Amino acid sequence: MLPLFRLARGPLTSLRLLPLRACSHTPMDRPVESSIRAKLSRTLAPTHLEVRNESHLHAVPAGSESHFRVLVVSPSFEGLPLVQCHRLVNEALREELAGSVHALSIQAKTPQQWSSDPSLAKSPPCMGGSKHDPGMRLRSDRE
Amino acid sequence: MNHLFRLSAGLLRSGTSGLYRRGPVPEGHVSLVVARLFSSEPENSELGQLIKKDKVVVFIKGTPAQPMCGFSNAVVQILRMHGVDDYASYNVLEDQDLRQGVKNFSNWPTIPQVYFNGEFVGGCDILLQMHQNGDLVEELKKLGIHSALLDANKDEQKK
Repeated sequence: MLPLFRLARGPLTSLRLLPLRACSHTPMDRPVESSIRAKLSRTLAPTHLEVRNESHLHAVPAGSESHFRVLVVSPSFEGLPLVQCHRLVNEALREELAGSVHALSIQAKTPQQWSSDPSLAKSPPCMGGSKHDPGMRLRSDRE
Repeated sequence: MNHLFRLSAGLLRSGTSGLYRRGPVPEGHVSLVVARLFSSEPENSELGQLIKKDKVVVFIKGTPAQPMCGFSNAVVQILRMHGVDDYASYNVLEDQDLRQGVKNFSNWPTIPQVYFNGEFVGGCDILLQMHQNGDLVEELKKLGIHSALLDANKDEQKK
């Protein structure tokens, strides 16, 4: 089977062929992740944004969109205390956090902070809390 | 919810406050809270008083001896590294009303939650960042708590 290619324009405006990354998921498969990306982009105008679904690292069913890690680099955070930066992210994702998102890890950086330390933090290992969490069971009962 | 009503009725008869302490344990102390969480004056509500009772107050899943969540465990471990062993810890898994109540009170959607001197500090990410950039040592100093890491650094310098 021939690999699929897409057309791209390089700096010299010449056409280049770049391979399409194999993608088994579409935004429709990941509605919560898509919504998180869209809302953070719209409200915080990030210069760099990473949204990672970490649900598979936790004791939740496969395909869940319950545990996320976001890295938001935005000038909106300039001069703000860290807790206020996180509150801006929480506010942008209020609906998701009231819904299926059970845990949200946040890294909020200004562009300067990001350029001096461009690293994504790692989440601590799961301790299986979701298995014993009546709140998670109630949610899944509602869904 | 029914057990809360029974206990609340008992409180009205006895006139005691809604706070039960199981007594100090080696690391932090665990309290079962039957709280009048909703008040027209949040600062004077049970939660408002709870967060001021101790210098360091954490709301976690599980207990310091047995955290039930990786993020809550991270908070416990960070406090342990700094030698903070006398703090109030509340297990939100034991009380869903407390769990939602503290989220409403703090206007913060997730657990764990950390308070210093009655002031909301943040969750696991913020505490970790404060630990990594040295701010936590300074904040503990303001609480009159000498971080164990300062002694560890001194020992390293002597060698």
